[in-house]
Amino acid sequence: MSDFRFFVDPIRCIGCKACMQACSECDTHKGKSMIHLEYIERGASTQTAPMVCMHCDLPTCAAVCPADAIKRTEDGVVQSSQAPRCIGCSNCVNACPFGVPRYYPEIDQMLKCDMCYDRTSVGKKPMCASVCPSEALFYGTLEEFQSRRGGKPQNSFQFGAQTITTKVFLVLPDGEMGLDMDVISHMDARFEPNAFDHLDPFAHLEPLPMEQGQTLRGRL
Amino acid sequence: MVKPPLSQEEFLDTYGPTLHYAPPGGFSSVEDYDALVDTHCCFCGQQCGIKLKVKDNAIVGFEPRYDFPFNKGKLCPKGIKRYLQGSHPDRLLHPMRRTEHGYQQITWDEALTETVSKIQEIQAKYGRDSFAMLSGVSLTNEKSYLVGKFARLALQTANLDYNGRLCMVSAGAGNKKAYGIDRASNHWEDITDAKVIFIIGTNIAECFPITTDYIWRARDRGAKIIYADPRMVPMARTADLYLPLRCGSDSALLMSMLHVIIRDGLTDEAFIEAHTTGFGDVRAAVADATPEWAAEITGVPAAKIEQAARWYGEAETGMILHARGLEHQVKGVENVMSCANLALATGKIGKPGCGHSTITGQGNGQGGREHGHKCDQLPGNRDITNPEHRKYICEVWGVTDEELPGKGITAQEILNEIHEGKIKGLLSICFNPLVSLPDANFNREALNKLEHYAVIDFFLSETAQHADIVLPGSLQEEDEGTTTSGEGRVIKINAPVTPPGEARRDWEILLDIAGRLGRGKYFQFNNTQEIFNELRLASRGGTADYSGITWEKIVDTQGIFWPCPQTTDEGKTTMHIENLDDRHPGTPRLYEGGKFYHPDGKAHFNAVSWRESAEVVDDEYPIWFTTGRVVSQYLSGSQTRRIGPLVDQFPHPKLELHPRMAKQLKVQTDDWVTIQTRRGEVIIQANVVNTIRPDTVFMAYHWGGKESANLLTQRALDPISKIPEYKVSACRVRLATPEEQTEGERTQFLSSRTEKNLPAGYNLAERRKELRR
Ligand code: SF4
Ligand code: SF4
Ligand code: SF4
Repeated sequence: MSDFRFFVDPIRCIGCKACMQACSECDTHKGKSMIHLEYIERGASTQTAPMVCMHCDLPTCAAVCPADAIKRTEDGVVQSSQAPRCIGCSNCVNACPFGVPRYYPEIDQMLKCDMCYDRTSVGKKPMCASVCPSEALFYGTLEEFQSRRGGKPQNSFQFGAQTITTKVFLVLPDGEMGLDMDVISHMDARFEPNAFDHLDPFAHLEPLPMEQGQTLRGRL
Repeated sequence: MVKPPLSQEEFLDTYGPTLHYAPPGGFSSVEDYDALVDTHCCFCGQQCGIKLKVKDNAIVGFEPRYDFPFNKGKLCPKGIKRYLQGSHPDRLLHPMRRTEHGYQQITWDEALTETVSKIQEIQAKYGRDSFAMLSGVSLTNEKSYLVGKFARLALQTANLDYNGRLCMVSAGAGNKKAYGIDRASNHWEDITDAKVIFIIGTNIAECFPITTDYIWRARDRGAKIIYADPRMVPMARTADLYLPLRCGSDSALLMSMLHVIIRDGLTDEAFIEAHTTGFGDVRAAVADATPEWAAEITGVPAAKIEQAARWYGEAETGMILHARGLEHQVKGVENVMSCANLALATGKIGKPGCGHSTITGQGNGQGGREHGHKCDQLPGNRDITNPEHRKYICEVWGVTDEELPGKGITAQEILNEIHEGKIKGLLSICFNPLVSLPDANFNREALNKLEHYAVIDFFLSETAQHADIVLPGSLQEEDEGTTTSGEGRVIKINAPVTPPGEARRDWEILLDIAGRLGRGKYFQFNNTQEIFNELRLASRGGTADYSGITWEKIVDTQGIFWPCPQTTDEGKTTMHIENLDDRHPGTPRLYEGGKFYHPDGKAHFNAVSWRESAEVVDDEYPIWFTTGRVVSQYLSGSQTRRIGPLVDQFPHPKLELHPRMAKQLKVQTDDWVTIQTRRGEVIIQANVVNTIRPDTVFMAYHWGGKESANLLTQRALDPISKIPEYKVSACRVRLATPEEQTEGERTQFLSSRTEKNLPAGYNLAERRKELRR
């Protein structure tokens, strides 16, 4: 097919779920979303990571399917299970290293992201990558991607002994990204036990376990 | 006036909020539609372009609209699911009268006759100004203009105000004082050229989601991001510098940054000299504002304040973005002026990659504040107390100065006067003050004192439930017109469908009332384009000059940035719409070449000195309380709390608190807590997150009734903008008692009902689980 590629950049993801809401608008899966949002523990972080099907060059899901229900098209898109063939065994669900396929008991069938084949096969963009407000999901050529932004797209992944190359690219940050999410660690270090008094209503209840330049991380 | 005539359950069953999940005909009709119509999202100030799918006069879905330059197909969850408003089961379809047993369907004639006779009765008895009007900025420019004219010439009252009063007025007032004009300083594309972006008091990712891409494109081109907010909101996570300032301490931080910039010689002296006035006073005002001083007040390390100041001061280009976080305060205008002082002192304005912009919360927050439904303003951003300005508008409207009312009072003040018994009657359109104004208990008491209250709306909002007469109006997609986005881009809204049932377009309702009040001669419009053309004439020569904009030109160019004045001499003098030309290309970037909009052509520095918020923490109420938004809900939630998939994302408000406070209160995530302020109390569940300051709690404000954050906030107002102090209150928090928890659970149970007929195989439980994780 074309040189259009799909890029996923979790650093940009703002957790808004526009992708899930838009994916659920597709005619082919009627109100269900094929994209997932992975969460770091919400209490600790606002980081989220969108997860579409990676469209592997040698898809494990298809390899383990006893009914040969999962087809990969010539242009590299791994399709949802074919309804007449899928026996609902969930082998694919268990085998996919990225955790993508899902079994839907109400239709007794596996469904997964098919890169909006109804759209991409006729030159349109996938729904989720169209709407993603922050371009954490991006569909376009590599040149377009590079002209717009930084980040290192990567499509080779190692799972134990298995190397998997994919049609979808994961974008890694250019430099180191340190994400210290605890607000206390960004506050004035002089707010030691007593200095916190005017800011912190509970300081008198229990002295702050906070030393000069240190944070509370891991002590709570 | 009595209490609402139905029990909470009865209200819920009949008028919602009902959670609506699927388009008419279910999802199988998604690919089956008659037309795709280009228009815009009906929600936030970004006004994303969107295509709506239409079948049988109903909206059945959406398609991304890639050709609109601002969002190029991007949408947030609200935009994606907005189409579920059409064909919604809660939609008001007939005029109604409140009786002791609930609402009774009546004819339009009965509804309008009763409303008009009440207006006349109240005004005859208590004077013209005893009947007030409240309006909303979800309305198009045309409707905003019409409401301004309607209140002044049909109701003949001075007491008209709008819900932008709760939103951007502090930014507007601050901008006018600094630059002489009230608009974002540039089109958003400039953001991507900035070398440093200073973001303060705005949760961009959740309130203005598309803007994240602009900022991240700048970051990818090497820009430094400085983010100041009491919460580490999703964008602050990846900032180069995060400043966790305490609620209400913004101006101390900003003054201190200016102090460092001046101390370290980072000012642009040539720019200051040539294009500004008043720098001496500002220099003196920040002389003592050292980073150490500001660190004490804000809780931000002095070194970080220095770093922020130096990054901003040293960069070649830079942008300041802010929103309600620093505007929703009794110091809102001062905070905005402090930001302007920074931009002016470093000359970072009026050039590519430079600017100072507020993020516009409401759909037409920008345009809606330009054309005269503010109590102190006439079309074109004219001042209602300025004799010259009045004279021009009188000429356009064909009235004498005596016939044009003077300056009225603001939204919260209108509610205060209703409470005092001075204002007896009210007409409101698309405004839900019971949820959106502070101190909800007080406002509920006020509404119950009205002798007559008529509402124009499309859902029965919490406020509309207090109305005597309900007039069903129109959704955004049922009427044509223009809005003005946060960037200052005037865009065209199209109308793929017509109002269902007996609902009518808002402007037709207003015209009808005006006619029945005997004022029809001032309201001879056959369609909204005619209203727009009169608006062009009325705005001509004002700062918000739209006279060179036509609907056709907007469509051709994907939107035009105002000011867009007349270019020919004939156009400048004519009173005939046909003679207005449309040659001016519009103004994407203001202040180029150092030209500002004050009569002296210069920008004005405004000295600000530090003062505390209206309410500060003390032994009794020791915790800072602040409010804000979540991405899946919009404003008072009157619209979004009815859209099932959006509610599933965030079904109820939660109280965010830091693990350290949680530990001391012995609270865990999902525990029920009681929050109390001097105004009221709220029982909700807790969400323990380390992304908030340990002395502060946060709650989103989109919910009504007992889940309303505005039960807790105060009516203290900024002296200039009269915006209430939503973002800073003192509260106390404790674990809820078992009885309180039961009450909280009942409140949640009563906050919405799920639509009865979901499409087959929809599997609601599974979908909710996915969206809520
Ligand atoms: S739409 Fe984009 S930013 Fe929003 S959750 Fe999905 S991937 Fe993340
Ligand atoms: S590519 Fe299409 S099917 Fe796949 S997750 Fe995105 S919207 Fe869903
Ligand atoms: S709410 Fe705002 S960001 Fe979301 S789609 Fe509408 S205009 Fe765009």
